[in-house]
Amino acid sequence: MLMALATRTDRRPSTIRTLWDSSVGKKTVMAVTGLIMLGYLVAHMAGNLKIFFGPGDFNGYAHWLRTMGEPVLHYEWALWIVRFVLLAAVILHAVSAAQLSRRDIKARPVKYVHKRPRASYATRTMRWGGIILALFIVWHILDLTTGTVHAGDFQHGQAYQNVVGTFSTWYGNTIYIVAMVALGLHIQHGFWSAAQTLGAGSRNRDRLLKTVANVLALVLTLGFIAVPVAVMTGLVS
Amino acid sequence: MKLTLRVWRQKNADEPGAMSTYQVDDISQDMSFLEMLDTLNEELTLKGEDPVAFDHDCREGICGACSLVINGDAHGPERTTTCQLHMRSFSDGDTIDIEPWRASAFPVIKDLVVDRTAFDRVIQSGGYISAPTGTAPEAHATPVPKPDADYAFENAECIGCGACVAACPNGSAMLFTAAKVSHLNVLPQGAPERESRVLDMVATMDAEGFGGCTLAGECATACPKGIPLFSITNMNKEWLRATRKSGKR
Repeated sequence: MLMALATRTDRRPSTIRTLWDSSVGKKTVMAVTGLIMLGYLVAHMAGNLKIFFGPGDFNGYAHWLRTMGEPVLHYEWALWIVRFVLLAAVILHAVSAAQLSRRDIKARPVKYVHKRPRASYATRTMRWGGIILALFIVWHILDLTTGTVHAGDFQHGQAYQNVVGTFSTWYGNTIYIVAMVALGLHIQHGFWSAAQTLGAGSRNRDRLLKTVANVLALVLTLGFIAVPVAVMTGLVS
Repeated sequence: MKLTLRVWRQKNADEPGAMSTYQVDDISQDMSFLEMLDTLNEELTLKGEDPVAFDHDCREGICGACSLVINGDAHGPERTTTCQLHMRSFSDGDTIDIEPWRASAFPVIKDLVVDRTAFDRVIQSGGYISAPTGTAPEAHATPVPKPDADYAFENAECIGCGACVAACPNGSAMLFTAAKVSHLNVLPQGAPERESRVLDMVATMDAEGFGGCTLAGECATACPKGIPLFSITNMNKEWLRATRKSGKR
């Protein structure tokens, strides 16, 4: 069969250009960077739980994070690679989110007079939840990585003592727990959405994807919150 | 039934609008929602007032002309078109809010009528197939597997009413565009433009000022034709595939 197709004389823009210029492409960027951060969080949460084995184990683990990859890599190189990847992921995720949100808000300039909640709580709180998480990350790094805003006597290499210091204050616990609840809600909608954006969702796979999203959200939130709760109850001191 | 209607009235695209309140009596439960509005308009005309402008055509739920956001729901409380919505879905004494589709890509022309030509431009950019003209081809020449035919038909049910855009918190046209892309991309007849179709239709959708998809799922809930939310997933997949393939050429 002969198909008479019009010959396109214009060239398509590059793949990167197409991705960044399209709302679907920016969602793809958000999905991929979100999954990178999610993978990191699973490792981070699992590592945090080493605190229940005592200061020796926990501080030893913290030290290993700096020596991992040796002798191929130099001291702290692997850690810095992870940090750069995460920083790039956070920036790409946040910039895409901001640009997409601006487009979304502009697309509905006149609101409905008859108001009713649209979509689930987790879906509706994605933007504010994201902002809460961004602010939390800044505080968290200043608190437990650099020690700039740490409440007690911050000492590099004494991760166990620093964690106990943070969670001995009421505001340290409050900020952390609020952020971890926001994280759970963000992941619940975010993981499932990322699957749809990357074209991995389907009618048959939906229950599985929603279950994985719920389990990830619950396990991460509870796993992270376990540490301040343990400090508050005196299990870790 | 006696009802209180709060209706969006707007003279034209340039003047600001507002909700106006009307009382209607003698409404039968068997009336369709549009017949109820016809009754109101008769009364308004007799009183010498300007009748409420609203879109309608076939009144049998297949053309996609009717619209209306009723009490915050596109096409009202039942999962059907406004013309197929009946007054038995409401109770005597109810107050009903009636608003136009709200989206910057669908500007209000008058009262409850919005300009939906943005959808036409999305279709023009790729919602077609290139077929030689002449006599109809022999039907067995192009076999279509049954599941593919069913999938195409499920998406072909879209009547382009725009309820998805009206219901979406972001005024996104993803479900509409996804229905068209999914309908044609699964069929052998749509294969020659498989990549250009999805790339061009998504680009036009963005250019028309529709919002992005946050997978809230409101569109699929409002859709009178039951276009599944997973059509959006499929369009995302088609878009990524086309982006990869076109990048190599």
